[in-house]
Amino acid sequence: MPELIAKAALEQAPLTKAGVTLAAVEIGPITSVAVLPGGAKAVAKALKPLGLSFPAPNTWAAKGAARIVWTGRDQAFLMGVVPPTLDGVAVTDQSDGWAGLSLSGPGAEAALARLVALDLRAAAFPIGSAARVGLNHMSMVLLRVAEEAFEIYVFRSMARTAWHELAEVLDRLEARAALKA
Amino acid sequence: MRIDGKGIIDRTKPLHFRFDGREYPAFRGDTVASALLANGVRLVGRSFKYHRPRGILTAGSEEPNALVEVFGKTNQTPNVRATVQEVFNGLAARSQNRMGSLRFDLLAVNDLVSPFLSAGFYYKTFMWPRAFWEKLYEPLIRRAAGLGSLSGKHDEGTYEKAFAFCDLLVIGAGPAGLMAALVAARAGADVILADENPLLGGRLLSDGGMIGNEPAAIWVAGVEAELRSLPNVRIMTRTSVTGAYDGGTYGALERVGLHKSARSNLPRECFWRIVAGRAILASGAMERPIAFPMNDRPGVMMASAVRTYLNRYGVATGRRVVLFANNDAARALARDLMAAGVQVAAIIDPRPDASSLEDCPVHLGAEVVGTRGRHGLREITVRKGGDEFRIESDCLAMSGGWNPTLHLTCHLNGRPRWSDDLAAFVPMDAAVPGLVAVGAANGSMSTHGALTTGKAAAEAALKALGKKAAQVALPASEDAPYRITPLWAVEGKGRAWLDFANDVTTKDVRLAARENYASVEHMKRYTTQGMAPDQGKNSNVGALAVLADATGRSIPETGVTTFRPPFVPVSIASMGAGGKGAGFAPQRFLTSDQASRDRGAPMIEAGLWYRPSYFPKPGETTWREACDREVLMVRGAVGVADVSTLGKIDIQGRDAAKFLDFVYTNTFSTLPVGRVRYGLMLREDGHVLDDGTTARLGDTHFLMTTTTAAAGLVMRHLDFVHQAFCADWQVRFISVTEAWAQFAVAGPKARMLLNSLLEAPVDLPFMGVAPVQVGGVLGRLFRISFSGEEGYEIAVPTRYGETLFRDLLARAETTGGGPYGMEALNILRIEKGFITHAEIHGRVTAFDIGMEKMISARKDCIGKAAATRPGLLGPDREQLVGLKAGSAMTAGAHLFTPGETVERENDQGYVTSVGWSPVIGAWLGLGFLRDGRARHGQQVRLVDHLRGMDILCEVCDPVFHDPEGGKLRA
Repeated sequence: MPELIAKAALEQAPLTKAGVTLAAVEIGPITSVAVLPGGAKAVAKALKPLGLSFPAPNTWAAKGAARIVWTGRDQAFLMGVVPPTLDGVAVTDQSDGWAGLSLSGPGAEAALARLVALDLRAAAFPIGSAARVGLNHMSMVLLRVAEEAFEIYVFRSMARTAWHELAEVLDRLEARAALKA
Repeated sequence: MRIDGKGIIDRTKPLHFRFDGREYPAFRGDTVASALLANGVRLVGRSFKYHRPRGILTAGSEEPNALVEVFGKTNQTPNVRATVQEVFNGLAARSQNRMGSLRFDLLAVNDLVSPFLSAGFYYKTFMWPRAFWEKLYEPLIRRAAGLGSLSGKHDEGTYEKAFAFCDLLVIGAGPAGLMAALVAARAGADVILADENPLLGGRLLSDGGMIGNEPAAIWVAGVEAELRSLPNVRIMTRTSVTGAYDGGTYGALERVGLHKSARSNLPRECFWRIVAGRAILASGAMERPIAFPMNDRPGVMMASAVRTYLNRYGVATGRRVVLFANNDAARALARDLMAAGVQVAAIIDPRPDASSLEDCPVHLGAEVVGTRGRHGLREITVRKGGDEFRIESDCLAMSGGWNPTLHLTCHLNGRPRWSDDLAAFVPMDAAVPGLVAVGAANGSMSTHGALTTGKAAAEAALKALGKKAAQVALPASEDAPYRITPLWAVEGKGRAWLDFANDVTTKDVRLAARENYASVEHMKRYTTQGMAPDQGKNSNVGALAVLADATGRSIPETGVTTFRPPFVPVSIASMGAGGKGAGFAPQRFLTSDQASRDRGAPMIEAGLWYRPSYFPKPGETTWREACDREVLMVRGAVGVADVSTLGKIDIQGRDAAKFLDFVYTNTFSTLPVGRVRYGLMLREDGHVLDDGTTARLGDTHFLMTTTTAAAGLVMRHLDFVHQAFCADWQVRFISVTEAWAQFAVAGPKARMLLNSLLEAPVDLPFMGVAPVQVGGVLGRLFRISFSGEEGYEIAVPTRYGETLFRDLLARAETTGGGPYGMEALNILRIEKGFITHAEIHGRVTAFDIGMEKMISARKDCIGKAAATRPGLLGPDREQLVGLKAGSAMTAGAHLFTPGETVERENDQGYVTSVGWSPVIGAWLGLGFLRDGRARHGQQVRLVDHLRGMDILCEVCDPVFHDPEGGKLRA
């Protein structure tokens, strides 16, 4: 009988440069909840015990450890909890499909501005915002989790590239900061 | 030479740099141009065509002459404008476009034959004999063309790309821009203030003057301090806004580290894309030269540049300066020079009625008609009335008036409007939506005009943005009228240059007109006017004025050429930042990646994925040896391969089966739960899109598999079909490619291996699927085969992939098996006649690959109707066949009927896949052959001109191995 060992998508230690910390995020289960035609009411009812409702486009919400993130038309990712029984939806386990990264600190927005073609100013992308958007050449799910903190979810196979590109951005920001000092 | 006490350079910070191998001193704040002038260096380059000695003309980014090469440890950057490049310790620059030394350029011989090198020279001369073009003319022209040179090495510098968003983008930080930014900033708008210079202030840095009863510099410092204190303002210095694009998007190039010696990770440049709700163009104006005879000598400069070097850099550009200007504004230079103790030898003003109230000789109604001095100006000739006289001078400051810097307003195809008052083009309103030009860029030439229009435009922008403007007082400032009488060209002996960068003279423009290149666009291309790195910033308006004169039209009638981005040259490296080498695309790694590399497998790219090519064993010297062994291993024992790269799409809903029936040619609604079916998918045009297997996991739950290559394509296709044709169906799907690690286990011992691993023995029919428990983890087991052997694919959640792979290999190796790579996988499938995207390359139909019977007659599907179009069926089609030969074949080779000549008309088809089969003992291939299915057993001639191959091979059925399929059903 083999012993299967679960491996994390990213094993890198957190990295802090230019006032920004890049770290891997383990969010727990991720479940795609895709509402079928006519299923909205049933979904709302099933999510209620979690204290969540189906999110509006480009938003996410949390209650305790449970999060629900808009990821597309009639589609949301339930994160951090084992999903309840859900009717009226297609439920698909996505836990192993994604790698999570967090970017936090005063320079987080500036760091993302090197790779993301989206207006991330607090007024345009406040806490509670979510977007499916490019991270340089790959696609991601981007969440603003605090004034100066974002979470990034990319395809698990691309996690190393995502980390590498973000780390390079921090290197450049650090070099820029040294220039001003 | 430097003048004590003048300028805003930091004299406490001495620097040194090298130009053409010689070391020169400089101060912090100097440009290469200002430092060279301070050291008395006037000759800095050679002109493009005639290789004439050239000096520094301007003090800005529009410089046409002073282009140099800058050397770093790993960089060699050509065509760097010495007027923009800031000096840092250790900077090394070199003059360019010369053969031999700068002073004795061998190609200066071109200047002697200049009468023959007039406009259209190339077109007229290199027409005949025709054969000479490729061998003689083109190599010669190519060697002579271009200015700077490249190192030929990769640019290893760091570059950056970035995005920015704001309510208001203010382009230019002169008085108009500063005022606009201040008004918007105080109202709380997000403001980006961008300026090419390292310092804010624009012309105020050069011209000084008073604003609000204090020196302009004090006002600038006050505004800057306030802007820097506000969180809603971003000041971007050394940043040129290069283009205006749709939707309020602007390109901008920031010189991040070019003013410093290279340091690791510091970007040299950053290419910004700025999206702005509103934009204000406060880019000022550019002074234009006068085309008088021999006006290109080092020492002939723009009056505004002479003033900049004096007031900003503390440099006198000559000992005896002459001012030649047709407008009042330029007179300030003479006053500044005299105040600084520099002798003004004369003021030459072509206007008979201009003022002569200066404390130096003033010649009204006079023109400069000639210059002397081999490597620099020594003397000028002035014509006044009928008389000519000479004045000794080493610096001639010229001013033909000012052209508003309106380029950005024309980037969305707008054309400027002619103003008779200014004798210049001014921007059309709203030519770029949301962009308003102010100050000198809009023809308001005084400081007062700049402040007033800047303030008003910011207030209008705030209103449009829904913000309330705060009260900002307008400080008092100079409001002198701008008096000008146009003077474009001065008649006289000798050539008069318009475009200094491309060596275009007034004579060339007149010749173009005479030869009927009378449209401004034709004249431009005939003479190359405005086609140099400066893009005609200094010269275009002057050239079209000469053209207008030559063709008897007015200037507005003649019109301007098209303004295109970028406003200043942008390095390709900055636009491609983040995309060089491996940065070109994300790298996708399998969970088995490390285990494969541990075994020495070379990894090859398959789309974005990295997959093992083969797994070398000790003693094997070529990939073929490893590949042959792996093929025999799968056929004789068991092989393990990571197939996680195949696309997996989870499809659910009451209408999922109906949806699959619609996208696949064959029927899936009849597939029982727990079974897998091969499916073929067509594009709407009836050609094959992709193939793969789909498993029915539950009544309303399917799992589709796509090829690796088409995973994204199929997902997009499904989205399109769903959204366009059946959005109301009860079906939802999502990619699970990344969620599962999946391994093929194939060979006669595959079942034995799996039984040792799984918690219950395998009991699956061919094309069956079942959930399995492996090491306490819930996985899936499919009985499918891409090798032709009894084959399984076992899938577990990705996190367990690496340990399962290592475990499978260890178990396989105890029974004579092991891992196999892409090479063996390819041979195995060729032996079985299984197709990949080498075969279904987008131009083949189901008929071509022998699968037209898979298009179900009982239902409709995407592509069904189009697949029956005339020409897509029948013996004229190139059909999939197998090919067999005793010697090597090549994919890409073409097929011919033996006896027919090898030419395109006789082409019978082509080869798509080849490989040596250690099982069959022959070279096998797949290919497409006209009426191929009727030609099994025949010989065809295989020709590959590219690789020098010409052999005979046998046409056969594409399934070479186990045609009955007994093995995979075992």
